[in-house]
Amino acid sequence: MDSLFSLIDGFGVLADPANILYMMIGVSLGVLIGVLPGLGGANGVAILLPLTFSMSPTSAIIMLSCIYWGALFGGAVTSILFNIPGEPWSVATTFDGHPMAQQGRAGEALTAAFTASFVGALVAVVIITFFAPLVANFALRFGPPEFFAVQLLTFASFVGLDRSSPFKTLASMMLGFALAAVGIDIVTGQLRLTFGSHELLRGFDFLVAVIGLFGIGEILLSMETGLSFKGAKARINPTVVLQTWAKLPRYWATALRGCIIGCWMGIKPGGATPASFMSYGIAKRLSKNGDKFGTGELEGVVAPESAAHAAGTTALLPMLTLGIPGSPTAAVMLGGLLIWGLQPGPLLFIEQKDFVWGLIASMYIGNIAGLIVVLTTVPLFAAILRIPFSIIAPIIIAICAVGAYTVHNALLDVSLMLLFGVVGYIFKKLSYPLAPLVLALVLGDLAESSFRQSMLISNGSLAIFWSNWLVGTICTLAFFLLFWPLISMGLARLRRRQVAVEAD
Amino acid sequence: MEAIVALILMALGALVIWDSVRLGWRWGLEGPQAGYFPFRIGVLIILSSVVTLAVALFRRRGEASTFVHRHELMLVLRVLVPTVVFIVLIGFIGIYFAMALFIGFFMWWHGRFSAVKFLPVAVLVPLILFLLFELWFLIPLPKGPVEEWLGF
Repeated sequence: MDSLFSLIDGFGVLADPANILYMMIGVSLGVLIGVLPGLGGANGVAILLPLTFSMSPTSAIIMLSCIYWGALFGGAVTSILFNIPGEPWSVATTFDGHPMAQQGRAGEALTAAFTASFVGALVAVVIITFFAPLVANFALRFGPPEFFAVQLLTFASFVGLDRSSPFKTLASMMLGFALAAVGIDIVTGQLRLTFGSHELLRGFDFLVAVIGLFGIGEILLSMETGLSFKGAKARINPTVVLQTWAKLPRYWATALRGCIIGCWMGIKPGGATPASFMSYGIAKRLSKNGDKFGTGELEGVVAPESAAHAAGTTALLPMLTLGIPGSPTAAVMLGGLLIWGLQPGPLLFIEQKDFVWGLIASMYIGNIAGLIVVLTTVPLFAAILRIPFSIIAPIIIAICAVGAYTVHNALLDVSLMLLFGVVGYIFKKLSYPLAPLVLALVLGDLAESSFRQSMLISNGSLAIFWSNWLVGTICTLAFFLLFWPLISMGLARLRRRQVAVEAD
Repeated sequence: MEAIVALILMALGALVIWDSVRLGWRWGLEGPQAGYFPFRIGVLIILSSVVTLAVALFRRRGEASTFVHRHELMLVLRVLVPTVVFIVLIGFIGIYFAMALFIGFFMWWHGRFSAVKFLPVAVLVPLILFLLFELWFLIPLPKGPVEEWLGF
């Protein structure tokens, strides 16, 4: 019940007309970012983050989270109309969304996608509302070993769940940690990895890295394919929307399954993409029309979209309660919180009630606003996509440069951004995952200090990570996930052997 | 390319370890020294890259894939080189004029747009950003001699 009262207070924070305005701006910008190639949620938020420093933290996070919702919605537009997934989690949406658009049912597909996303996000927000305070309360008991254990779990689940080579995930993650270590050591005040350079004293800012890795890297990658947008026409009118809405209740089970998968996967980092695929796969297996999936089934749009949005939204739950972001975009927002002097984690729910509940309330309204904005402005955004890439690309690069500069007002950062762009391009081509790198860069200092504090408590013995049931369980789970690729390989081999034995 | 990247990562890992050893990677008088954590990071970078390198070398025979085709590389360089020039120019003539030149050049070079089309875009984008940053948000961006002469 406490949650409900707090939520009502949160809506009170939103009553400020300025916040509503920021929300609308945020959603529109977000859709634009989601639609444009080379700009995604993570680097869009990163570029706009410096602009929000002059606002109050509450207004700023409301605007940034609305950019995030907008970007989540926007990703579906490109997937359906152009067969280009704007974000990795909209890949599964292209399977049925694009065939529908080719059959001239783009309006239907878009409406279904937006509505499913909206439902997914809404379910996830409800879960955050009631679940987050409990998690935060629980996490109040956490000491440094527990925090390090949770961080270990986060990183281990990347290694275990990512579909690329676990060693590449590990290398990319450790590179992030190494970059995070550059600069002044917070404990001893010694200079680390600066090699006498004054410019490196500041360390590597994750915002610059995100803008480079995701923005410039993406542009280079799309340039290589000689990107030309050939998309289906999008027209959404109220009749199509109403007709589709009339059809959608039939797929309530698919949507619900998507939401559950999404919420479950979203709490773990990097969850949105596997969640969307998993939801699509399960819907395909369980649906009566399963064999028609991939040819333009409405259900095939509903399944991945509801899961992706539920996952994208619940990714904010561990960020708020534990200070551990579940996605690169959440990582950028977490960085924003740190810059505003707010320490994400359980104490946030006690010390910054207005902020937290204002944010949660804005998730409700932001998603409603998002749905309205996308349904009314899709033709406009589809038209933007028809602008030739040779106009869009230089503008995006220029905006990325501005974004990188404004982080610290340093020219070196702009060059670093370009360097990160090249790294991002090469890493993507060799399928090194980028999300672990960004997450490690953001969490590096936190993870290191909680590790060192734990080591200080235990006088250098690793046994502290198994000293009580709580930390022990988390650590064991982390190691289980870390070695999951090996375990699943072993299981598969065992099963094959069994099958072979039975065949004999 | 796989092998080269793995080697570069290994070199970076070695660099991290080398600096950590300088700082002290062991247990100091008051607990872990500054290099304690990075040292372990460096070791992990090297270990994971060794595996990637081994995988890449073993896979060489049979399914060697091309990292990038020549014409693809040319396309990428055609973006990369102007961007490098753009970033270098920022330091000399300020971000707004560098941006105008960059956008104009890019549109002309890649899109074969005529001056009638690329000039408005190249002028308007920096102008809008100028109004947005310098006047509305009051965030100063790098400016060159021209803006100074205009009194900003």
